[in-house]
Amino acid sequence: MELEKFYYDNRIVRNFSIAAIVFAIVAFLVGLWIALELRYPSLNGPYSWLTFGRLRALHTNAAIFAFVGNAMFAGVYYSLQRLLKTRMASDLLSNIHFWGWQLIIVAAAITLPLGYSTSKEYAELEWPIDIAIALIWVIFGVNMIWTILKRRERHLYVAIWFYLATWITVAVLHIFNSIELPVTFWKSYSVYSGVQDALVQWWYGHNAVAFFLTTPILGLMYYFVPKAANRPVFSYRLSIIHFWALIFIYIWAGPHHLLYTALPDWAQSLGVVFSIMLIFPSWGGMINGLLTLRGAWDRVRDSAVLKFFVVALTAYGMSTLEGPLLSTKTLNSIAHYTDWIPAHVHVGTLGWNGFMAFAIFYYMFPKIYNTKLYSEKLANAHFWIGTLGILFWALPMYFAGFTQSLMWKEFNPDGTLVYGNFLETVIELLPLYLMRAIGGALYLIGALLFVYNIIKTATSGKLVAQEEAEAAPLVGEYKKHKGEHWHRIIERKPIQLAIWSTIVILIGGAIEIIPTIFVESNIPKISSVKPYTPLELEGRDLYIREGCNACHSQMIRPFRSETARYGEYSKAGEFVYDHPFLWGSKRTGPDLHRIGGKYPNSWHYNHMWAPESMSPGSIMPKYPWMFSLEGNDGSLDISATQKKLQAMQTLGVPYTDEEIANWESTLNKQAEKIAADLNKDPNIDVEPNEEIIALIAYLQRLGTDIKNEPTSN
Amino acid sequence: MISSGIEIYPLISFILFFTFFILMLVFVFRQDKKHIQEMSNLPFEGDKNPLQ
Ligand code: HEC
Repeated sequence: MELEKFYYDNRIVRNFSIAAIVFAIVAFLVGLWIALELRYPSLNGPYSWLTFGRLRALHTNAAIFAFVGNAMFAGVYYSLQRLLKTRMASDLLSNIHFWGWQLIIVAAAITLPLGYSTSKEYAELEWPIDIAIALIWVIFGVNMIWTILKRRERHLYVAIWFYLATWITVAVLHIFNSIELPVTFWKSYSVYSGVQDALVQWWYGHNAVAFFLTTPILGLMYYFVPKAANRPVFSYRLSIIHFWALIFIYIWAGPHHLLYTALPDWAQSLGVVFSIMLIFPSWGGMINGLLTLRGAWDRVRDSAVLKFFVVALTAYGMSTLEGPLLSTKTLNSIAHYTDWIPAHVHVGTLGWNGFMAFAIFYYMFPKIYNTKLYSEKLANAHFWIGTLGILFWALPMYFAGFTQSLMWKEFNPDGTLVYGNFLETVIELLPLYLMRAIGGALYLIGALLFVYNIIKTATSGKLVAQEEAEAAPLVGEYKKHKGEHWHRIIERKPIQLAIWSTIVILIGGAIEIIPTIFVESNIPKISSVKPYTPLELEGRDLYIREGCNACHSQMIRPFRSETARYGEYSKAGEFVYDHPFLWGSKRTGPDLHRIGGKYPNSWHYNHMWAPESMSPGSIMPKYPWMFSLEGNDGSLDISATQKKLQAMQTLGVPYTDEEIANWESTLNKQAEKIAADLNKDPNIDVEPNEEIIALIAYLQRLGTDIKNEPTSN
Repeated sequence: MISSGIEIYPLISFILFFTFFILMLVFVFRQDKKHIQEMSNLPFEGDKNPLQ
């Protein structure tokens, strides 16, 4: 048959690669900055947009969506064309995808430091950006599926299944988790509240790790590791099992982020069981990758690319063993809320994602620039510094997590806590925080060597923007032979493959989420729990704006060590008006669910102005911009308060029309009362319209409603 | 958990999971060898210097 001549589009691969590399450096820099802030909290000076709470979201979004996202797209566009023996279906769609994604990243980089945030982890971006993400994601999908339909290779290699499943699942996750009611252009409320919001969020959050940071990278692994090793994958059968088992099981495991919380027990147990099962497909995949390299072992010594792959796969294996272990109730009760979890996450992102991306770029750049890697030596140096960086990052944090957890739980013989002051357990960690920052700096230095090497490589060659290739066209209907295996049909028919993957991922999601949303008895109502007042609601939005939930949980687990420290454990019914939920996932500071009434207003006033004045040695940032002091205008923006109340009413929060109509006088009355109380202190001079008043109103309300519960029940 | 039949959900999920898994394993191991080999060689097709 006559061969057709066509051209691979390498320019789009190059563009995504450059974007990935630029944003990698940004993500690492921001990460290093916030790591240093945890050691030197005054670093942010008087600038709100430099604080930990706001920049933490920027860091995670940059690492996940800007760095790994762009790297994924680069690898997908490179391998997809070659595996299907065709150019991408539409250059226009490729370019819209590229520029659209970069615009979204820029929008994120501006809005997150400004405090426009939904507070939901890895989904902090506000609703207009959410819509843009959905649109661009669809463009990517159309371009990919169209390319698949245009292919010159009948069968779809397993990498492409991973890409398809990624696309479908991320679309589903993003849409369901982002259902929010807009209030203004940059403010919305999640339609879910409390427990339901938490479940949907962690179904999303967990699967963002699964389907954004894992499945597409596994697809890349199944293409690039064989290519780099110059030998086919160890077991193609295993890769099929890996695929189906992984996408089926992953989607159920979300609730392991919510063990011992107010989430119903049955949902927690499901999460645990499926998390443990995840070990098997994950390790199957890791072994498959490592064994693919088995015949190339001698080359691993000199080839930086192969070295990066080996460590990446090992890191994948480590995090996918650790993850299930952390999902067991025993280990979870120790590790949750501590630095152990960031350690776990960073082995995954720095080790698995980062090293996969570096390996792929070291492999791809010489190819698309038709040249050799500028310096193998430099690449090897990058490898060693990077590996050292990961160790320096993770080991101190494991130690920190363990230390702090033990300190939280230690009792005196008389039944009181040994470290009753939370801050003591923080100060213990400061040297470890510094070591972690050094680890991050090493990793960054490695990445800078990489950038230099790549620039030198690119300038020593010339971009082959249109790479010529030849293949026979697919003609006519493929004749299905008798007794043909079902899986071969799926391999030929991308649409069927897509539909089956969708069904598989929807099953787990549906069984977990539907009952939690529709079965009322899952969340026992508490009659004394009432909606927030207008002022408290505004205070709550300030809490969201500042990202206080990046350091504070609002979820007291039913352990003696927690009830002794914080008070009554948290009940599902207490969060029914919380759109969004603010349980948090990390306790850099203490839990705040029962902070209401713990201190006088003036304590909070002084603490927010200068935490160290109330808690010497504190690493909490100062929040001077919430005060109208020293020439700053800290007045509370109440232009949208009424709309916010109406939005809450639409979502089912029982505000009466009358309450909404009278919002302003209600708000003023409460603000004046708090201001008057504060002004009794001779050192305080505050106006009722300052933001700090709203924040204090919210903090003093937190967790107090159940204290008004009639005792007979 | 006396109410609402929630306890049925974990049960359903287990049954689903096991059926799914067993079916998948059976099918995968019934695939023919030649086809599997072809599939695993896909990344190398069209290379100027294919597998040495
Ligand atoms: C960088 C992490 C961090 C951020 C961000 C942060 N905090 Fe803290 N917070 C801490 C630490 C550490 C402590 C314990 C030391 C202390 O009392 O200052 C603390 C203590 C507190 C306390 C006292 C709790 C108690 O029981 O004694 C309150 C209240 C508080 N923070 C409120 C907030 C609010 C409101 C925000 C957002 C505007 C916020 N925090 C942001 C770290 C943080």
